[in-house]
Amino acid sequence: MEGGAGITLAALSSTFLVGLSRAMILFIVTSGLSFVLGVLRVPNVAHGSLYMIGAFAAYSISTLFGGGSLGFWLALIFAPLVVALISLIAERTLFCHLYQREHLMLLLFTFALMLILGDLTKIVWGADYRSIMPPPVLQGSVSVFGSPFPKYNLFLLIIGPLVAVGLWLFSTKTKIGKIARAAAVDMEMVGAIGINVSWVFAFAFVLGCLLAGLGGALVSPTISVTIGMDHNIIIEAFLIVTIGGLGNMWGALIGSLIFGITQSFGVLLWPQFAIIFPYLAVVIILTLKPTGMLKAVW
Amino acid sequence: MFGELIRQKSFGVSVAIFIMLLLAPSFLPRFYIYLMAVIFVTALLAMSLNLCVGHGMLFQFHHGVFYGVGAYTAGLLLVKTSLPWWIALIAGPLAAAFAGLLIGMFCIRLNRLYFGMLQISLGSLIWAIAFRWYDLTGGDDGIHGIPVPDFIASTTGSYFFVLIVTVICLLLMFLILKSPFGSTLQAIRDNPERCAAVGINVRHHQLITIVIATFFGGVAGILFVVVEGSIFPDLLFWTLSLEIFIMCLLGGWFTFAGPILGAAIIVSLRTFVGTYTEYWTLILGVILILLIFFLPEGIMGTNYRQLFRSRVKYNGEYQTE
Repeated sequence: MEGGAGITLAALSSTFLVGLSRAMILFIVTSGLSFVLGVLRVPNVAHGSLYMIGAFAAYSISTLFGGGSLGFWLALIFAPLVVALISLIAERTLFCHLYQREHLMLLLFTFALMLILGDLTKIVWGADYRSIMPPPVLQGSVSVFGSPFPKYNLFLLIIGPLVAVGLWLFSTKTKIGKIARAAAVDMEMVGAIGINVSWVFAFAFVLGCLLAGLGGALVSPTISVTIGMDHNIIIEAFLIVTIGGLGNMWGALIGSLIFGITQSFGVLLWPQFAIIFPYLAVVIILTLKPTGMLKAVW
Repeated sequence: MFGELIRQKSFGVSVAIFIMLLLAPSFLPRFYIYLMAVIFVTALLAMSLNLCVGHGMLFQFHHGVFYGVGAYTAGLLLVKTSLPWWIALIAGPLAAAFAGLLIGMFCIRLNRLYFGMLQISLGSLIWAIAFRWYDLTGGDDGIHGIPVPDFIASTTGSYFFVLIVTVICLLLMFLILKSPFGSTLQAIRDNPERCAAVGINVRHHQLITIVIATFFGGVAGILFVVVEGSIFPDLLFWTLSLEIFIMCLLGGWFTFAGPILGAAIIVSLRTFVGTYTEYWTLILGVILILLIFFLPEGIMGTNYRQLFRSRVKYNGEYQTE
């Protein structure tokens, strides 16, 4: 199968699935960003750094437990918690004193956090490339339409919707989720009826960062974990949030799907400029609908 | 037209500094001359950004792209074509202004944060092209050893060229800000609704501001090519844009000359701290946090007398709404 006939049904379907599994990672990271954006109304620039720390922490935890199956599952649980702890500390010691300020200051604070966390990661883990193995259950590949498809990506395709459903249940069925949604719409009113807004913000921030850490832990077996992965993901996450509608979780899902799938088809069609395709999709969507596809929460 | 300029309180000081800078190459070592040229380039870039940020309240988050577009246009024209050098140096700012117009037309329909986010997106598209198009731009290696004409090739030559171009641009910016257009712009910053109500076309003014700012950003880009003789995709990357943003903030973004001071501080710190430690961004982050907490209006914008005398905690509220 050479030349023009190279794009077969098998290639198309596997490209689609690869794009879909990439979209799941993007969704998990982006939903966290979107959640923070919805409640705090600040694009958290440090989100990508927390994703990177999540991946590094997953590496360290899984090596600590011998790199086997147990290590992987523990890493998947504890790496996001490590990230959540870091974000909680940053929020309670510094960030929470800025809520009365101009929004630009909050944004710049998250940028400062990104700079600091980026270098701290370099100090702790160094600039080497790391990789971790998925557990034996998820190694190898299955055949989809006659072409091999990694089992781990299939696992991601299951996890992604689970996170989406979990987040949806959380924000619509639990009390704190409802408070967070209310704070996104009218923060003053939430404060007026006696809810401690500062803690709602802290909670939203930490939950968002936890999702970044989860995304980092999940992505770590599929890529080489290294310094600089924060810069790429944050731009992608920003774009996804923008095309989806700021703060809208379903928008984040749709945006991630568009982004992941255009990216993987870009690789199939024109590998050198694969990176361009999702950006072009973003430009087209924003030309047609400047405020994103779904309604922004603010 | 220039009367306004001469009436400024700081006019004498500015002229004295300019004369000092003109004489500087005769007594300063070569390295410092080079460093000062870099500071001028960065200062011009920060000043051009501040036209949007400080004077227009437009969240121009990805200003670095226009710097990069200017540098890439000039660099590629110098390397790949046989056109005379001055065409390349004029084409750089024009290309940057064109990119600014194009991106601005998309972004201007949106407010504040959306504006900034969309600009980061569109800017990243340009970055991705420069990063990936190996045949034309050299990809992530960039292009080095760009041939510049002899009279600006030496350290001193480029220093004078950069100094003079920067000063001309600063004068132009000053005159623009003091013109009726500049006053309108600042009125829009302070109260867009009222301006729209009295019949000012707000979007139109903001778009023109973006084009002017990106033009000067492009000028900074070509000056970068003159000083460094190289181009690389980091010029277009968004972290640089935010770094310039910090410079504006550090110097004082509601003052005219603040960004120059900010650029001088950041560039010198990066150069000198960079020789001791590789963790420069850590230090930059700490500086930024200190700035946010203690001097939110920047070094030149803060009213120190009020800050120290009244002992009231300075809360950094702006009178912008």
